[in-house]
Amino acid sequence: MIEVERLTKYYGRLAAVQDVNFKVQSGEIVGFLGPNGAGKSTTMRILTCYSPASSGTIRVLGMDVQDDSLKIRSKIGYLPENVPLYDWMRVKSYLDFVARAKGVPAGRRASELGRVAAAVGIDKVMDKIIRWLSKGYRQRVGLAQALIGDPPILVLDEPTIGLDPRQIREIRALIKGFSHNRTVILSTHILPEVSQVCDRVIIINRGSIVAEDTPANLTSAHGKSARVQVDVRAPHTEVLALLESLPGVLSVRSFEAVGDGECSLVVDSLPQTDLRPDLARAVLKKGWDLLELRSIHASLEDVFIDLVTEESGEDVVADEGNQREGGS
Amino acid sequence: MRGWYAVFRKETANFFVSPIAYVLIASFLLLTGFFFWLNIAVMSEYSLRATNNPMVAGRINVTDFVVRPLVANMGIVLLFVTPLITMRLFSEEKKSGTIELLLTYPITDLGVMTGKFMAAALVILVMLAGTFTIPLILFSLGPPDTGTLLTGYLGLLLLGAAFASLGMFISTLTENQIISAAVSFGAALIFWVLSWASAFVDEKTGTVMRQMSILEHLNSFLKGIISVSDISFFVMFTAFFLFLSLRSLETHRWRG
Repeated sequence: MIEVERLTKYYGRLAAVQDVNFKVQSGEIVGFLGPNGAGKSTTMRILTCYSPASSGTIRVLGMDVQDDSLKIRSKIGYLPENVPLYDWMRVKSYLDFVARAKGVPAGRRASELGRVAAAVGIDKVMDKIIRWLSKGYRQRVGLAQALIGDPPILVLDEPTIGLDPRQIREIRALIKGFSHNRTVILSTHILPEVSQVCDRVIIINRGSIVAEDTPANLTSAHGKSARVQVDVRAPHTEVLALLESLPGVLSVRSFEAVGDGECSLVVDSLPQTDLRPDLARAVLKKGWDLLELRSIHASLEDVFIDLVTEESGEDVVADEGNQREGGS
Repeated sequence: MRGWYAVFRKETANFFVSPIAYVLIASFLLLTGFFFWLNIAVMSEYSLRATNNPMVAGRINVTDFVVRPLVANMGIVLLFVTPLITMRLFSEEKKSGTIELLLTYPITDLGVMTGKFMAAALVILVMLAGTFTIPLILFSLGPPDTGTLLTGYLGLLLLGAAFASLGMFISTLTENQIISAAVSFGAALIFWVLSWASAFVDEKTGTVMRQMSILEHLNSFLKGIISVSDISFFVMFTAFFLFLSLRSLETHRWRG
């Protein structure tokens, strides 16, 4: 549905996006994850035909962004960051303008407005002036304008930024709701959002893709080791010695004794192995009390931080990227 | 051109829903009314003095004493008012970021530009139409030369379109509306007075300057002449700045 090949975009001499390749299948919800200034907005702007790429090709539904810009634009609903709307307009006349701009035929305009308003729940504010809407409703109106014309692709740039937790949930639910027959690309730097909403995650940092997979695979595959936490009531040094002697154990880290002779240890082993049964047997064999035994999954946040900080040391560049993204 | 009508409707709504258009039209009409009264006053003063002198009295007429100076005055008022009409056309959208959405709708850049230009032109048209009372009064007093009146209005309309396209081009360059208005006014004024300097440069340069001066080309309209060269000057002037606006929009995409 969307194929991006060797996409590069320069702002002056600064590469905002460099050599990015990815594909999005029809019906997928793909999350763009990355710190501010990573190139998420830039990629989306190129995808929506707002600004052209410096090099590389993007094909949407088999059409090239440069050659068939107008056709592609009518297939994409776009919600830019910060939701730029015409503040002085009433919601209804604004959406009417969008419908006209998107070429919705006169006969279908009223029903289209009704459908979209119902879908995002703005029926009650249709006659209000946009300037006086709350942030949550503003966001909904932004989603509504993206949905007008029933585009098969939605591109949402930070759709939940600046909302309160309840509004975030509502907007997420909306996005999930109208994604069943659409392809959705959304960008965010809020991690739970990705695992809750997206089928697939593309982690982007400093203009290039550092990882791409389902949220579940990312968290399991990324772990460099399987990790188990063991809480035992026993002499600290003996436990340490025992666990280190077990086969398959790579390393054991112990934390401060919790008190009462309890100690808490974290055991690392090779990935894809489960040491829990062995650990339990070994501890019980010694006659110690096994208080807790659980495997620790890397959270998406760990994966993200790991990937993003892996090649640090060029923070200046990232900062410049930030300013560019914020200021343009 | 696709989608220009949607943009035109939105822009027109912006002018007429907010007080912008009304304030500008009111100031224009107030100033025009003032100049009309002034010209009438001058004419009656002259007429009074000429009562004993039939030679002079014969040369006093409404066309020379009211219509021509009034059209010239209205042109100058347009020079001040048009930048205030065009200043927000693109600057406002750039500032608020709405241009990003506008340029991702299936509307061509040409459509966006046409819609906005036509809306500005409509405000100018309404403004000029608002002066209809002046010909009414003139016709009730004693008929002026209809031809001069008509060419005068034609000239003002072309002048308004020229200023509007110039102002629109400037507004594509900046997101600051005050800068947009100030630069548009300055640029329009330069084109207005360019011919004044033509006497102080060599002949070739002088000719070019006179040909580029708006004031020179407005004169034939004041005399009641429809001259192809003067009409084409205004048409070319407008087209040139519409073209520049289009190019500027395109570079805006490149610069993101």
